[in-house]
Amino acid sequence: MKMTNFGVIAALGVLMTSTAPAAILAQEITVFCGEESGFSCTNIQPIADAFESANPGKTVNLEPVPYQAILESLPVQLASGEGPDIAFVNDLGGLSRYYLDLRPYVDGDYFDTEWSQTLQWLRGGVSNDAIGGMPAALTVNGGYVNVTLFEQAGVPVPEEGATWEEWAEATRKVAEATGTDFSMEMDRSGHRFASLAISYGAELVDDEGNPVVDDGLKAAIEQFVAWHKDGTMPMDLWGAVGGATHRELFSDFLNANTVLYFGGSWTLGQMDREVGDLFDWKVISAPCGPSSCTVMPGGGALVAFAHTQEPETVGAFLNFLAQPENLSQVLSAAVEIPSSKTLVEQGVPYPTASERTQEGLATFIAQVPKMDEAAFRFQGWRYQRAMMNALTTRISQVLNDELTVDAALERIKEDVNLAIEAAKAQ
Amino acid sequence: MTSSDRLSSAFGAMASLPARAVEPFMAGLQRIIGIKRMPWFFLVPNLVAVVLFCLLPVFINIFFSVTGSDRLYPSERPFIGGYNYQTLLDCSNYLDPSTCSRDLFWRAVGNSFVFVPLQVVAMVGIALLTAICLNGNIKGRGFFRGVFFFPVMLSPVVVALTWQWILQRTGALNGIFTSMGLESGAWLVDRNWAFFWSIFVTVWAHMGFYTIILLAGLQAIPRDVYEAAKMDSANHWRVFSRITVPLLQPVLLVVFVLAVIRSVQTFDELYVLTGGGPGSATTLIVQYIYETGFAVQPRNFGLAAAASLLLGLVLLVFTLLQMRLSRSSKNG
Repeated sequence: MKMTNFGVIAALGVLMTSTAPAAILAQEITVFCGEESGFSCTNIQPIADAFESANPGKTVNLEPVPYQAILESLPVQLASGEGPDIAFVNDLGGLSRYYLDLRPYVDGDYFDTEWSQTLQWLRGGVSNDAIGGMPAALTVNGGYVNVTLFEQAGVPVPEEGATWEEWAEATRKVAEATGTDFSMEMDRSGHRFASLAISYGAELVDDEGNPVVDDGLKAAIEQFVAWHKDGTMPMDLWGAVGGATHRELFSDFLNANTVLYFGGSWTLGQMDREVGDLFDWKVISAPCGPSSCTVMPGGGALVAFAHTQEPETVGAFLNFLAQPENLSQVLSAAVEIPSSKTLVEQGVPYPTASERTQEGLATFIAQVPKMDEAAFRFQGWRYQRAMMNALTTRISQVLNDELTVDAALERIKEDVNLAIEAAKAQ
Repeated sequence: MTSSDRLSSAFGAMASLPARAVEPFMAGLQRIIGIKRMPWFFLVPNLVAVVLFCLLPVFINIFFSVTGSDRLYPSERPFIGGYNYQTLLDCSNYLDPSTCSRDLFWRAVGNSFVFVPLQVVAMVGIALLTAICLNGNIKGRGFFRGVFFFPVMLSPVVVALTWQWILQRTGALNGIFTSMGLESGAWLVDRNWAFFWSIFVTVWAHMGFYTIILLAGLQAIPRDVYEAAKMDSANHWRVFSRITVPLLQPVLLVVFVLAVIRSVQTFDELYVLTGGGPGSATTLIVQYIYETGFAVQPRNFGLAAAASLLLGLVLLVFTLLQMRLSRSSKNG
């Protein structure tokens, strides 16, 4: 009798211990952090820890993933039904078909109020009320200038409203006077080039979602190529690399090898940490083109995927992260611009940022109301990446005399149309 | 029986334990299927693996090449026939990529047609010279053999990054040139220099492998043949051309074909070193396939599959050529 009772108890014990891990694992989610953005695992970890404390039994695993891996490997994982529960992505519309509609799992009204326009970018051009994720930070393209070099050269820094040509002229004078290698540099990115293109009148995409290759784009490409040919911009970035590969040379600005570096607001934290007081620098207002004084908006989002086994946990975590006090904490650590209505209104403190960085943030934020409608439309276009890839590939060919500008424009049109055709084939 | 004999006997008994454990099963199986069919029992697991991981992907690739959309699951891909092949092969003049619908594909093909012969000749030539030197009675021979083989063990990404740091505008090479008062070079910006360094880096990374194979071939040549030649006062060139090369021919053939196949498949080093640039100057066919299928958005798996099958056909031709040449050299 004793043995039988003992046997039953032992069996129950084995059963409980064998099922307990399964029960615990069932409420575990994996998040791919954007290591090269402000939403890195380091910055999200305190929020994840607070969520776990507030929700015993739920575990959030943060995995640091490089930008290139998110860009190239994640879509293939998602296409095969695999991948994390949540990931930080930049291609908001392009991956929309894989998103989980979070509306049943989050405070839908709150999300609608806080991120009305950015939620639209997550829908990939489809008219519905799905909540695909939590928009992270708003990023703004923009230029940084080495003010110390301007002072050494005795050249006044162009004022707000200066055109791209005026900036090129001024930085050329500074580079010549100070012996700096290059006047201007721009990240090898179709997103960065789009800022220049739209200010020159390029539409890039119309209201119906059709790609547009127009005189504005031609003028922008011609100007861009001219700057490379006359040495204003180095060939190392756009000229030396092929395909759609993303490259940046922040190190050139850090080492004062360039007077003006055109990147974006996500680099502010890096500027603060690595440049700091090495030399005087500042963020400039959007240079003007013939059409407008605009730069591209951007920003990633933490999106949830439909294949997740834990939609409630995913929704609970993103809802928790989306609360102003938590989101503010991440943005503050990352030194990034908020995209949510409440935080835009009340502001985000940046206690670790220098005065120069805070001025830079203010300048970036001031560009948002000036942004051309074409910039917002392009950012929300589902096939934005197809156009950006085509721009980087073909402009590099023009720089290396493989194509004329007119031939490049034809090829850009063909490349984008082929990509859209392949995506739409059903 | 000594203690070492007992120890050997004990180890032997332990080592034969697995064989003795399966013996009843194997004996029973042999009774059922017969001794003639027993080898198949050992071959089938490997054959299944080859079919699953080598042949099946080829058929899946063929399926992808005749279907469209950017979906991954076969059931979600509509049949489009030869559209992808038509798109790739649509050219007014195959010698001028700008007249082609998919100009980047033909630029990659053109680059590969130049890269492969130059790289293979350089690779095999330098590997042969190195093997000949290492075959001699030189001091530190073992050390040098290791040194030449070392790059083969490195990851291609590590190789490419290292050389990128050396060759970039502010890299070590320009630093050395500047310190000597020489003009720095645009090694990765100029098309011709970028192409040269692409060949150089890939040869540097892989020649050790072929050197070892050729060294083994050289060491298999009987020494008395060289001694006889020495007695006949044959000079170095005659020894090399009349003895070394003919006797090394079978090994050279294998090395040559392996080098060609490896060269056609070059991707990782160049993708990291130059990204296929400047422009498309160092874009080879595998990079085109990768970018079309995996790097650009939306992904065009069908077009990438069609391009990879065309590449596969080219490699098949080389393999058949190697088999034919190998057969004729065996027949004398």
